[in-house]
Amino acid sequence: MENYHIGSLITQGLKKKPSWKPAWRKAKAKPSYDVIIIGGGGHGLATAYYLAKNHGIKNVAILEKGPIGLGNTGRNTTTIRSNYFYPESVALYDLSLRLYENLSKELNFNIMFSQRGMMMVAHTPTQMEICNRIANAMVINGVDGELLTARQVMDKIPLWNKKKDARYKCHGGIMQNRGGVARHDAVAWGYARAADGFGVDIIENCMVEDFLLEAGRVKGVITSKGEIRADRIGIAAAGGTPYLVAKLGQNLPILDYALQAFVTEPIKPCLDVVVLSLGTGTYVLQSDKGEIVFGGGLDRIPTHTQRGNLPAQETVVSGLLEMFPSFGQLKLLRQWAGVVDVVPDSSPLIGPIDTPGVYINCGWGTGGFKAIPAGGWLLAHLIAKDEHHFISEPFDLNRFNTGRLIDEATGSGIAH
Amino acid sequence: MQIFECPFCGERNETEFHFLTEAGKERPEPAEEVSDSRWAEYLYLHKSPRGKTSEIWVHIPCGEFFILQRDTVTREVYQSISLQDYQTKKV
Repeated sequence: MENYHIGSLITQGLKKKPSWKPAWRKAKAKPSYDVIIIGGGGHGLATAYYLAKNHGIKNVAILEKGPIGLGNTGRNTTTIRSNYFYPESVALYDLSLRLYENLSKELNFNIMFSQRGMMMVAHTPTQMEICNRIANAMVINGVDGELLTARQVMDKIPLWNKKKDARYKCHGGIMQNRGGVARHDAVAWGYARAADGFGVDIIENCMVEDFLLEAGRVKGVITSKGEIRADRIGIAAAGGTPYLVAKLGQNLPILDYALQAFVTEPIKPCLDVVVLSLGTGTYVLQSDKGEIVFGGGLDRIPTHTQRGNLPAQETVVSGLLEMFPSFGQLKLLRQWAGVVDVVPDSSPLIGPIDTPGVYINCGWGTGGFKAIPAGGWLLAHLIAKDEHHFISEPFDLNRFNTGRLIDEATGSGIAH
Repeated sequence: MQIFECPFCGERNETEFHFLTEAGKERPEPAEEVSDSRWAEYLYLHKSPRGKTSEIWVHIPCGEFFILQRDTVTREVYQSISLQDYQTKKV
């Protein structure tokens, strides 16, 4: 792997024709591997990287049905935070945040991680009590959480609606200063490049159609590019996971929904924190290019298409305009949707399934991007050792049998 | 914007409807013989099919529960059947 540093930048910059090499090879599938990862999004690429780096398993293929990083990895709003309620969730998401903090250096690839802070704005004394509860939980769980007065919130977001007749007046808020954003494509590309550097084959445009089974154990997959064999298979396919495991006769506690996001034309810097309003459910940030990036809750109808629906758009956009009336002058450049895999307790599914040799990492719902390093780290551990890392143990599928759910939908009031 | 049909009120805006669960599940009984995994399957597991599906929805304003048959990829809506009709047909 070509090491990027200031010297190479200057040398290449001075050349008439820069000779940068592609960041990863266009690999051709070999007949067999030690491990196959299905899904070339952030989680799949990170899994392959940590398999090679943490466990020395380098004979790995990543099979992606399209080009890498164009599913939810390329469709999210890039926010990274660990302000959850239950200790299990905080352990998981803060592992991710800690890995993100060092990721640019580790991958030798700038993921543009900006810890600008994640702020939730409360509008009523009751919501402020919820914020108190979340802040307490965060501090007890060992992550940074800070309560803000209305004045402190206003100082951070001067454009907030201060009109007399504002529907959602600011009553205070809560801040996680270590939260922030990263460049989502760079996370996929950085992991792809680093995994490729270890010899992992990234095979694009390779759709998995079925599984090869021998004596009840998985032995490989049948793809659009032919048969590829491996004894261990990791699935990190988000909304595509139910479709894949259905071929093994397995159902999952997952429903697929569309989640939309929006981007306006770029403007000068005016918002240097990620803001979520507890009143409107809309969240918003400003990208490094100056665009206002925003989104909100799920569409209401289960679907498998990456296409949003008007009622959800109306709710999200009207929420934004209530929060920041001046953004009403902006033109919307793009609107899109991703298919997210929603679990009843709004926590992910990490673990083996009924077919021996198959492990899944899915069910991240609306918040998979922030969990990419942890998801990859934990799935790699599971595949390499055939047992859970202590952080992923509570997220095993058996929690639905035991009833020990990790209900973040009620715990931290996340958007779905 | 999608239009769904309530068997009682007729065609209405999608925002008036609420999705409940996939149709066709049978509650396992008797309770004392049902294993934890069988009960979890009944409560939580979905087929989440790509394509034609049959689901239980409710029309919020009138409270009518019904089966909605539609396509999860093309978003085509096939038909709405009231739960009463559905059950009588079955019996």
